[in-house]
Amino acid sequence: MLEPQEATQAIEVEHLVKRYPRAQRTAVDDLSFSVRRGETFGLLGPNGAGKTTTIGGIDVVANPIGAKQRIAVVPQRNNLDRTLRISEILTYHAAYHGVPRAERTARAATLLEELGLSARRKEKLGWLSGGLEQRVMLARALMHEPEVLFLDEPTNNLDPQTRLFLWERIQALHKQGVTIVLTTHDMEEADRLCERIAIMDQGHILALDTPDGLKRLIPGGTMLELRLRVPEAVGALRAPEDGATDTQDERFRAMLGRLPGVTKVEQLALEGQPETLAFRLYGSSDAGTLLANATQTVIQEQGELLDLRFTQPSLEDVFIYLTGRNLRS
Amino acid sequence: MSTPIPSTQQHGFHPRSNARATLTAFVAIVSRDLLVMRREVIIFLLQTLIQPLFFLFVFGKVLSTIGAANVSFSIVLLPGVVALTVFLTALQGPAVDLARDLNVIREIDDRLLAPLPTVLVAIEKVLLAALRALIGGAFIFPLAYWILGSGFQVRTDMLGVLIGLMVLVALVGASVGLVLGTAAPIQLLPLIFALVLTPLIFTGCTFYPWASLGAIKWFQVVTLFNPLTYAAEGMRYAMVPPLHGQALQTLAIGWVLLALCTSFIVCLWGGLKLFHRRVVS
Repeated sequence: MLEPQEATQAIEVEHLVKRYPRAQRTAVDDLSFSVRRGETFGLLGPNGAGKTTTIGGIDVVANPIGAKQRIAVVPQRNNLDRTLRISEILTYHAAYHGVPRAERTARAATLLEELGLSARRKEKLGWLSGGLEQRVMLARALMHEPEVLFLDEPTNNLDPQTRLFLWERIQALHKQGVTIVLTTHDMEEADRLCERIAIMDQGHILALDTPDGLKRLIPGGTMLELRLRVPEAVGALRAPEDGATDTQDERFRAMLGRLPGVTKVEQLALEGQPETLAFRLYGSSDAGTLLANATQTVIQEQGELLDLRFTQPSLEDVFIYLTGRNLRS
Repeated sequence: MSTPIPSTQQHGFHPRSNARATLTAFVAIVSRDLLVMRREVIIFLLQTLIQPLFFLFVFGKVLSTIGAANVSFSIVLLPGVVALTVFLTALQGPAVDLARDLNVIREIDDRLLAPLPTVLVAIEKVLLAALRALIGGAFIFPLAYWILGSGFQVRTDMLGVLIGLMVLVALVGASVGLVLGTAAPIQLLPLIFALVLTPLIFTGCTFYPWASLGAIKWFQVVTLFNPLTYAAEGMRYAMVPPLHGQALQTLAIGWVLLALCTSFIVCLWGGLKLFHRRVVS
């Protein structure tokens, strides 16, 4: 399944199928994709989508020894060697991969320093937090300078600081030309790190594209958010002719919804600001027209426009669009 | 902190031949285990020698002193204790380590991802477990000399055979351990240890020579299905000095060797199969 090639593809997966014994459905069902050399590729999907199984497919290869020389894996679960000290975890890993002694000692020292682990290099595990374990696993993976790095949910359950730190490391590795395959159920992570993303669900790839390409999958992909203030005087003046039950919110909402090209209007909750309203318009027309029409409507209706911005659909929106389900459900 | 990690990436990747990579990885894995073994040597020896210490003291010294057994009993007991210790020590290594590792800890993953065939990782476990067992086994001799005193009688003209047999027994024990460690789900491990080990110890002719079982024929037959019987009888063949010019009657050494070699090959083969199935999930 994994064929390191000298050409531009680093990984080619063809018709990967994995069925676990006694499982109701196939964990990974006829999956095919390829990852380019130097690319950061993401597998995005909810828990149980088959992401880990997919990168676990690296077990089965035509030339396992050749492949194992070029790859490294940072797994989801801690599988660090508990009988060794942290620095030894790194140096022995490098030794397994044939890195000469002097070089592996130097490399371990550098990586421990950079990953903020120097002070604990003589400790064994068991005293480390999840975030530190994750760093040790990353350092270990980098010890033999792999061409392809697999990261399985690298920042799952990490504190924001460590997560940001790991993101920086991953981006630095990308700049060095390492091919990176990562799985995640974190939209922000996928969006920030990956050049291409395969959205997975129930063992299938639903869509595979750049983050921007994926977001364009949502029809009417323009979203305009506006915040406006309606002075009470205006409200009092207008209220009678619109009928007693009609509130300011509903009036604006209806007006905006009637604009050409607007497919949907959502009112956004704003707490503690009684005179302020916020709406999100989903438009299929181009951004300029939408902007002009919306502004005009607000002014006509004597609202004061406070704030106006375009937002991009998130990958989460794409996932919901593709599956009809929330990513975390 | 955010400076890029120095890398030889730009120099390109130089794959080594598979054979070279395998050899290097195997040597590194062995050296990792030797390091761990060196660090834990005191704990290991205490763990390994406490049982033979009591066997030799109670069965070899106490029983003969109070007249419940004669001195010749301690002479046939010692080879049994050596066989039992070597066998069980070798068995425990892979059985406990692999059950723990494959089910929970997964620290073996790093070695499975090293550039060598995965079965070699299991073979290395077997070899190192056998080595540990031999070290433990060697310590029994000075221990026995100290406890048994004049009851310590070992023939020295068959040292080569003795060492060869100890190696073979250690390998058999380790490969039985490989089967147990890969076949047993962790939650069943205590049960399997209880169900396998106790019968194994007591039907293994550890405390009595096989020939003496002639009076209980069915039990004598049962013992033949236990590899430990051959281990203990082989040790007696190589260790018990002839009495009045006559060697102790043991199972024929040819049968002993055949049974031990067969057990080793069958268990190793089966254990490697199971191991492969477990790691390539």
